[in-house]
Order: sequence, then C-alpha cells, then structure tokens
Amino acid sequence: MVELATGVHRYLLEARQMQALSFSVHIPLVCFGIAFPVMVMTAEWLHLRTGDPLYRTLARRWTKVMLALFAAGVVTGTVLSFEMGLLWPEFTSVYGSVFGLGFAIEGFSFFLEAIFIGIYAYGWDRLSPRMHFLSGIPIVFSGFLGSLMVIAVNGWMNHPTGFRLVDGKAVDVHPFDALFVNSNFWHELVHMYIAGYMVTGFLVAACYAVARLRGRNGRYERIALAIPLTIACVASIIQAPVGDWSGRVVAENQPVKLAAFEGLGHTENGAPVHIMGIYSDGEVKYGIPLPHMLSLLAFHDPNHTVQGLDTVPANDRPPVNVVRFSFQTMVGIGSLLFVLAAFFLFVRLRRKRMPESPWFYRAVILAGPLSVVALIAGWVTTEVGRQPWVVYHDMRTAQAVTGATGVPVGYVTLALVYVALACAVAWVLLRLARAPLEEGT
Amino acid sequence: MTLLQTLPIVFVLTGLVFYVVLGGADFGAGLWQLIGARGDDEGKRIRDHAHHAMGPVWEANHVWLIFVITVLWTAYSQVFASTASTLSIPFFVAAIGIILRGGAYALRSGTRGLREQRRVGTVLSLSSILTPFALGLMVGGIAAGRVPVGNAAGDLVTSWLNPLAITVGLIAVTFSAYLAAVFLAADAVRHDDAEMEQAFRTRALISGVVAGLVAAAGLIPLHADAPHLFHELVAGQALPAAIVSVIAGGAALLLVFRRRYEPARYTAALAVAAVIAGWALGQSPYLLPGLSIEHAAAPRNTLIAVVVAVVAGGIILFPSLVVLFRLTLGGSLAAGESAADAPVERHPVPGAGSLVGRSAVALLVIGLGFLTLANPGWAHAIGACALLAFAALATRALISDAMLS
Ligand code: HDD
Ligand code: HEM
Ligand code: HEM
Repeated sequence: MVELATGVHRYLLEARQMQALSFSVHIPLVCFGIAFPVMVMTAEWLHLRTGDPLYRTLARRWTKVMLALFAAGVVTGTVLSFEMGLLWPEFTSVYGSVFGLGFAIEGFSFFLEAIFIGIYAYGWDRLSPRMHFLSGIPIVFSGFLGSLMVIAVNGWMNHPTGFRLVDGKAVDVHPFDALFVNSNFWHELVHMYIAGYMVTGFLVAACYAVARLRGRNGRYERIALAIPLTIACVASIIQAPVGDWSGRVVAENQPVKLAAFEGLGHTENGAPVHIMGIYSDGEVKYGIPLPHMLSLLAFHDPNHTVQGLDTVPANDRPPVNVVRFSFQTMVGIGSLLFVLAAFFLFVRLRRKRMPESPWFYRAVILAGPLSVVALIAGWVTTEVGRQPWVVYHDMRTAQAVTGATGVPVGYVTLALVYVALACAVAWVLLRLARAPLEEGT
Repeated sequence: MTLLQTLPIVFVLTGLVFYVVLGGADFGAGLWQLIGARGDDEGKRIRDHAHHAMGPVWEANHVWLIFVITVLWTAYSQVFASTASTLSIPFFVAAIGIILRGGAYALRSGTRGLREQRRVGTVLSLSSILTPFALGLMVGGIAAGRVPVGNAAGDLVTSWLNPLAITVGLIAVTFSAYLAAVFLAADAVRHDDAEMEQAFRTRALISGVVAGLVAAAGLIPLHADAPHLFHELVAGQALPAAIVSVIAGGAALLLVFRRRYEPARYTAALAVAAVIAGWALGQSPYLLPGLSIEHAAAPRNTLIAVVVAVVAGGIILFPSLVVLFRLTLGGSLAAGESAADAPVERHPVPGAGSLVGRSAVALLVIGLGFLTLANPGWAHAIGACALLAFAALATRALISDAMLS
C-alpha cells in the first residue's frame, strides 16, 4: 500500500460526501430499474391474458415513466463510475484488477438493459404481442444481473478475499473467487433486490393512493394501485427475515461493524439491544434496553459473547452514532412496513377485497418515502459502518482519496446539477401523470 | 508483452471507436438541434427528426463509454486512475454534460409545444458540445504525454489546457457533427423526406470539410507537443493507419456528395478507427509515459476473465444490437399485427388455487426455517431461494380477477 504524502488527504470529507450524494441519487433510481419492468410486464401479461385494453393502457403509460427514470439512472450511474477515478484513484489503481471484473460484466448487463428497453419502449407498435412481451424479459434479467455485479463488488469491499498485497500491488488475484465466492455477498444481494421491489412498489402505490384519497377511484386507478401494492407488501414480509440474515453475517465477518450497530462499547456475554438513545463514552445512554437481545439476534444464543468496539483502536472504529442511528431507522421503518403489509395481506386473504379505510391509504402514501429512507439508511449502515476502511482491513478510505484539488467545487456543482435533474424528472412525471388516459394508449 | 496483455487494450480501443462513431453521432445530433435551426418550422422539423432518430438508441450508444471505462480499470487500473485524477477537470465536465444530456432526453418525453421543446433542445445541445469536447481534451492530454503515472501526479490544468488537447477536443466536436449529419441524412432518405435529406447533406459536407481541416491543422500542435507520436504517424509504424484515415475520410466525403449515405457512414467509421489505431500504434508499447502495456496489465487470471467476459458478452450483445437498430430504422419485426392493436384472446385470471396457496405457505415455512434456524451457507442459499419463490407465487396468487375488479 502506498503511503501518501501529507496534504493529499485534504478533501477526504468532501469526497466522501460527494460519493454519498451520488449514491443517494442513483440507488433509489435503480430500484426502478430492478422492479419496475416486472410491474409493467405484469400489466402487459394481464392484457395478453384477458384482452382488456385497460391493462395495455396502464402498461404503456408506465413504460413512459420507466423510460424517463431509466435515463436518469443511466446518467447518475455513469457519474458513479467516473467517481471511481475522480475521487478514489488509489483504490481503483491498487484493486482494479481484483474487483473490476464485476463492473465489466455489469457494463454488459447495462448494455442488454439499454438495448431491450429501447426495443420494448419503441416496439409497442412494431412487434407482435408475444414478441413484445418476451422482449421485456431481458430487462428484468439485466436489472438483476446489474445489481448482482455491483453488490458483488461491495460485498468484496466489506470482506476482501481472492488476492494478496505485495508492495502495494495486488498479486495472486482470483477475481471470480473474490467476487462470487464471498460470504458477504449473497445476503446483500437478496436484501437489496427485495428493497428494490419495496421502494418501487410503495412509491408507485403512493401515487395512486393520493389519487384515491382525492376521489379518483376508477377501475384504472384501483388496478394501478393494486399491482404495485401487492408486490411491495409481499416483499416487505420477506425483507425482515432477510435483514436478520444480514445481521448474522455482519456479526460473523465484521464484528466491529456489528458493535457499531448497537453501540456496544465493551465485549459482553449476553449483550443487550437498546432502542433509540445515543452512544457516548462506550455506552448507549437514554435508550430502552432489551437484555440479551443482541446475542440472541446475532448469534441465536442469549449468552453468546459479542465483541465490543474497544477491541480495536479508536481510529479503527466507524462513527458509531451515524451507523447506529441509520441502522435503527432502517429496522424501525422495516418493522412498520412489515405491519402495514401484514394488515394488507390479512384483509386481502380474509375479506377478499382491498382495505377501505382512508387511514390505510394515508399509510401507503407515507410508506413510499419511508421505504426510500430505509434504503438510504441501510446503505449508510453498510458503508459508514465499514469506515475507516474502503477495503476492509486492507486500505483506508483516506489512502484511497484523490490528490486533485477541485473536489469541493465538484461537489457543489454536482449537487446543483442533481437538484436540476430532480426537478426535471419530477416535472416530467407530473406531466405524464396528468396526460389524459386516452393519450398514449 | 503477451497477446493476453494486449487484447484488453484492443477491446478498449475498439469500444472507443464504437463510442466515437455511435455516441458521437448522438452528440452531433444534439448539436444540430442548436445550430442552424432558427426558422420555427424548419427548426422544429430538424429537432424532431434528430430526436426521433436518436431517442431509442442513445442509451445503447452511451454504454460504449461505460464499457471502455470498466475494461480499462480492470485490465490497466493504473492507467485509468492516473488519467481520471490528473485530468479530473475535463472528466468531471464530461460527467456534467452527460447528466444534462440524459436529463434532457428524459424531459423531452414530457414536453409539449414548441417553446418547451426548444428550451429542452438548448440544454441538450449545449451538453452535446460540452461532452465530446471534454473527452477530446482527455485524449489529447494523454497523447501529449501529460498524464504521468500516479494519483493526480500531473498538472491539473496544463495537462488538458494545451494546444494539442484543444485541437483534439475540436476534432471530437466537429467529427460528431459530421457523423450525425450523415446519419440523419441517411435516416431522412429512409423516410422519403427530401427536404431533411437536403438539409443534412449540406451540413454533412460543411462539417466534414471543417473536421478535415481541423485534423490537418492539428499536425502542428502534434509536432510541437508530441514529437514522438508525430514522427511515428508521418514516418513510423503508425504511417499506414494515417494513410488509411486520410483516404477513408476523403472517400466518405465524396460518398456524401454523391448521396450514398450508408456507405459513407461505414467509410467515416473506418477513418475514425484508423485515427485511433494510429494513435495507439504511435504510442505503443506505452500507455502513459514510462508505463508500458506489460507493466500496466493486470495479473493473468484477471486478464483471462476479462477476455472471456468480453467475448461471451459480445456474442449475446451484437445480435441484440442488430435487432434494436433494425427496429428503429423504421422496420417492423412482425409484419401485420402489433402489440398495440392485435386482438387478444380472453381468459379469466383466477386467484390462488389451493395448490398455489399451499405451495406458497410451504415455501415460506421452508424459507424461514433454512434462513433463520440453520447456519451453513448452503442452507441460507436454500432459504433465500425459497423466500423469493414464495414471493413470486404469493404475488401471482394475489393478482387475480377478484382483486382487480
Ligand atoms: C427498503 C429498504 C430496507 C428495509 C425495509 C430494511 N433494509 Fe436492511 N438494508 C437495506 C434496505 C432495507 C439496504 C439499503 O438494501 C442494505 C444496504 C446494504 C445491503 O446489503 O442492503 C441494508 C443493509 C442491512 C444490514 C447491513 C448489511 C451489511 O452491512 O452487510 C443489516 C444488518 C440489515 N440491513 C438488517 C435489516 C433488518 C433487520 C431489517 C428489518 C426489518 C431491515 N434491514 C430492513
Ligand atoms: C459497488 C459498490 C458500492 C456501493 C453499492 C456503495 C454504496 C454506498 C452508499 C449508498 C453510500 C452513501 C451512504 C450515504 O448516503 O451517506 C456510500 C458512501 C460511501 N462510499 Fe460506498 N459504495 C460502493 C463503492 C464504494 C467505493 C468504490 C468507494 C471508494 C473507494 C466507496 C466509499 C464510500 C465512502 C467514502 C462513502 C461515504 C461515507 C460517509 O459518508 O462517511 N464506496 N457508499
Ligand atoms: C446499490 C448499488 C447499485 C445498484 C443496485 C445499481 C444498479 C444499477 C442498475 C439496475 C442500473 C440500470 C439503470 C436503471 O435501470 O436505471 C444502473 C445503472 C448504472 N449504474 Fe448502478 N448500481 C449501483 C451502484 C453503482 C455503482 C457503485 C456504480 C459505479 C461504479 C454504478 C454504475 C452504474 C452505471 C454506469 C449505470 C448506467 C449504465 C448505462 O449506461 O445503462 N452503479 N445501476
């Protein structure tokens, strides 16, 4: 590893913020790349099956939304790939040969996605119904493959394997082992993939819930609400056990990160969980303690020993309160959405109808933004919990950062451009939503 | 320097050729929406024509850039890191241009009326000039040998603010304009639109001549800034490539003049490929000053993996790309009926039969059991798959006539 000259780390904080900003914009957008094609295709499948033109109208209108969001996903993703060199050249330079393959394959999956989104969106009038439906399948597949590849890289950064470092160079590199035979990868993939369905489903459902509360409750709106809401609720049910699985893998691979989740200052047998409160001086203050819960949740044994933050020097610990607060936000929202989903499924199965109370639909409206908050909070948990390392126990983030001096200017510029992009996308979506139903069928 | 070490850079440069030709045409189309489209009616038709030709394909064209970047950082990671950090300013400007361009495409799908479209068109067009210019600056900076190995080791400003880099930037912009005009003229012929064909033929001829002049003038800064590259091009191992590029460039112009647009596109692409090959040969075996391909290349396993991935990906992608282009170039894959108006059979959508319902419950139980109670990795794999299968079945069961009525 290269020791950097002094002064080189000057813009570490800004670089981290710029990275965080770019992710926070990209990741909610890619949720639509993961899950929206499935929803559009569900509507198209219903049309193929029933012949009811209403489903086709729905699918075609959603296709336009998908296209606009895809464009935004593409450009924000491109910015992220530039940032690998703009912000973290040392990281890419030293480890590119280990993790790069993941992004190279990801590039191909984006290719596939871009090609078939073009075919799907512009093929409505040019392909036979069956061919058109089939052309959607590669989009779904590449949404999955793309997230698989990126997350393989992230899993590797959190649990680096498959290489040795000699004189600051990676040697003995086994890229496949590093990326895919990695015990930190699979839970992240499944958890993120399900999060994609939750975020997309709840956000789309929230739009139609607004319409419903405003009295627009025709058959079109009811169907457009039912499809994403069902998908999001089923996803919310399985997200909780998958999150629990994530927690157990973190306990095994990154004990210090786990200690930060819970603010566990000292190693303990039968460690507790605290709900809320803040961490200071090695313990959580003002929280509601649940004794033995941490040992039970993380190791399935109420008296298991849990490693505390004090097992590593202070400068090897992540910023505990940020991580802990994000973690609690995610789990709290996840639990609320679980309850909401359970209620919905109960009414659906027992009463064989949609819930009728306006309170339910108000909750759905809230669930949309909340699921995005949980998504970002989850990534903050993972990424900030990994600090101060960029490659866990191998390279510090401070060693990875660029020596170029323009970072603050870049950060502000990017923030402004992203605000403009957000306004533009919001404006387009509103426009598309207000277009009369007959148009665009 | 082995074949294995060289192959990825061949892929990178090939990707660059595709990006310049396809992505370049795309940028150029944006440029034509800005320049010379003032009269309301003609302006609108030019904008519409350019938009309809590019809308379906711009994303696919754009991914070539991602391909170039990811293969570069996997196979020659130091080259990517040194370039991106020293040339961070043009690289960042290119990123901003790309965001604006994508944003403008997203916006276009919601605009109605001329004034709105013109405003969006202006953003799109400005970014269409910015991005190729900035990327050209980067290529020029590398060719001028101003990107040393290391984290921001070169001068952050003079590395790209120099005559050679600026010339390459200008070449990139004019060439994009030229490629776009040829492409759009060909497209107009396909749509039997004589007026648009005429408009873009004129633009192609003008921009083609300008591009050629800028490229010729570029020899002066090339001689001053990169004497080694200059000598390789005029008298060394890169000479054949230089000759091919001149001939192909001239032939392409002639073909445009004679209204043979399709062959003109391929010939122009050949000229681009020859210029890039000339640059590569002139600089070979060095990627950056003092960093040869041999020293920059990743370890063997990685190179093998990259080559396999690129070849396998290519086998899937090229046929798909052909389908996309055939579809957008006006054709239809199934004559007659289309998804939009075909009559479809009517079937009900039944809810959960008891079998589907029971399987879903069984999968949920299996999933929870394997995922939470068991510990080995294979058990978690079964558990996660069972839960995902549960989700699929449960969703299918819930989306039924009963629910959708
Ligand atoms: C809709 C979003 C969402 C929801 C409702 C939840 N999560 Fe989550 N969580 C994510 C979205 C997310 C994420 C953004 O997708 C993360 C970031 C990294 C990852 O793999 O997934 C994540 C990470 C993440 C991690 C860290 C993994 C790591 O660092 O490797 C843990 C331990 C949990 N989650 C646990 C949970 C639990 C116990 C939840 C309870 C219900 C939960 N999550 C709900
Ligand atoms: C493929 C993989 C990656 C994913 C999915 C990922 C995800 C994320 C996310 C979502 C955040 C932002 C959280 C927030 O909003 O604060 C983040 C922050 C960050 N990421 Fe990553 N990341 C990846 C790769 C990288 C790389 C390659 C680097 C650098 C070399 C990096 C370094 C950082 C840093 C420094 C932060 C900011 C932490 C802070 O705010 O303190 N990540 N990452
Ligand atoms: C949580 C992490 C991430 C996920 C799940 C993810 C997934 C995706 C998906 C599905 C797309 C397709 C576009 C869309 O559907 O909107 C996309 C686009 C893109 N992503 Fe990400 N990504 C993540 C993080 C990253 C990172 C860390 C990088 C770069 C280093 C990146 C680079 C890109 C690029 C370049 C594109 C555009 C591809 C194109 O031109 O079509 N992404 N991403």
